[in-house]
Amino acid sequence: MSSADIYREIILDYYRHPRNFGKLERFDIASRDTNPLCGDEIEMQVKVGEGMKIEDVKFTGKGCAISQAAASMLTELAKGKPLEWVRLLAKEDVFKMLGNPDLGPSRVKCALLGMKVLKTGAYGYLGAHNDDPEESDLP
Amino acid sequence: MLESEAINAERMRADFPILSRKVHGKRLVYLDNAATTQKPQAVIDALVRFYSTYNSNVHRSVHTLGEEATEAYEGSRKKTAEFVGAKPRDLVFVRGTTEAINLVGSAWGEKNVKKGDVIVATKMEHHSNIVPWQQLAKRNGASLKYVGLDTDGTLDLAGFEDLLREAPRLVALTHCSNVLGTVNDVTKLCSMAKMAGATTLVDGAQSVPHMPVDVEEIGSDFYAFSGHKMLGPTGIGALVARKGLLEEMDPFQTGGEMIREVFDDHSTWNDVPYKFEAGTVNIADAIGLGAAVDYLDAIGMERVRDHELRLLDYAFKELASVKGLKIYGPSDTRSRAGVISFNYADVHPHDLATILDEEGIAIRSGHHCAQPLMRWLDVPATSRASFYIYNAHDDVDALKAGIVKAGGLFKV
Repeated sequence: MSSADIYREIILDYYRHPRNFGKLERFDIASRDTNPLCGDEIEMQVKVGEGMKIEDVKFTGKGCAISQAAASMLTELAKGKPLEWVRLLAKEDVFKMLGNPDLGPSRVKCALLGMKVLKTGAYGYLGAHNDDPEESDLP
Repeated sequence: MLESEAINAERMRADFPILSRKVHGKRLVYLDNAATTQKPQAVIDALVRFYSTYNSNVHRSVHTLGEEATEAYEGSRKKTAEFVGAKPRDLVFVRGTTEAINLVGSAWGEKNVKKGDVIVATKMEHHSNIVPWQQLAKRNGASLKYVGLDTDGTLDLAGFEDLLREAPRLVALTHCSNVLGTVNDVTKLCSMAKMAGATTLVDGAQSVPHMPVDVEEIGSDFYAFSGHKMLGPTGIGALVARKGLLEEMDPFQTGGEMIREVFDDHSTWNDVPYKFEAGTVNIADAIGLGAAVDYLDAIGMERVRDHELRLLDYAFKELASVKGLKIYGPSDTRSRAGVISFNYADVHPHDLATILDEEGIAIRSGHHCAQPLMRWLDVPATSRASFYIYNAHDDVDALKAGIVKAGGLFKV
């Protein structure tokens, strides 16, 4: 693992200037989660539009550069996609989005917190359960 | 080594096998001692010797192995008790500080904390000295109130006095904050609490490993600490109670070992401290703790304290020159232990810990199991470096260099 590899310019940029940061006035989905290990915190709001598409999405939260940048990048990626896309989203997609840094086991949770929150919200809306064992809270 | 001689940390490292390993190709700089300390060869040997030469259950085995194991286990209780100025019969072996406090919350609390009673804790407690009281208060209809802190991270004495006027049933406070490093004057605070009619519990997890502690002098009713933070194995710790207090308490867990006689419909309890040690006890780790106590005794706790204070002074001086670095807690190093919590510019503690890890430096980042304190500090997390006997100036230098490197990466 190299920290220069993790903390690339783009990650720091999203950390310091997060896109889609804030709250939506009207939304259909709201979900929030924390990483009990670090206290990282992400809340996401989604406005569902026609054809079950993500019309708008915003997030708030606090935490490390990885958790905040990943959440922010994810909101950009998710906008305009159908909710079904969220259901099919895999952790590899998030890693790829971050430029496939070698995070090491303790920081993977930070990178995936945003995805977990988005999935939890979407699953609740779709009436499905987030029962992927990969997403469990085990450290 | 002479009693007056300063600790030679570099030389001491030879006693700790783990300190010769590399992390990411770098020398391990271990600065996470408030979380757990490394183990000297003497402690590791004590564990190996037990399992390879006299492993046996204690107390009721008449054979040679059983007698040797019992002697070593009880010998360890004696050493550990004497180490903190207590009598062996007043010391219960537990898993650690958390279990000790839960034991008091249950075995003492259920009987003594009633509806409407007040329990007092402080804003600088570790979760282990908060949550058991929250739960007890919930069960019994009591309320839990907190002593606040002054801006320098010391206890708000006036606020403490105000709460004492409410005649609390229990005052639970830490000897030394695991975040701020603040060392509380527990002798004075316990005496004030006692005058107000309160029973006192002191969390000694961060003090017993780092400074001379005499529970008799402190005058607490309960004093709890963990073995793994003082060179001993995990899974072993101690609850020390004021003379006679254990006798008045109901059992914690029940079953084997803690009974005198068992009938179909009732049982009678064993003498203390055995009444509180149900089931097969953690023999090996208790013996390991005894070896850790021997190791620390040979150094002398005054010297341990002196060493850490010197290191703390050096670290304060060095870190003061890092622009954007903020240290929490008392600025007077005399009133703190070898713990430095800090934040550096807008580099989140987890990111800093990741960058330092790459340099072989182990620090802690996060809320340090003290979320009410984090809220009081108004930060989501801090980075924390904490020292022990094997740390020296070179570790502080490495820490500083690592922070500067993080500053470069984050373009601080």
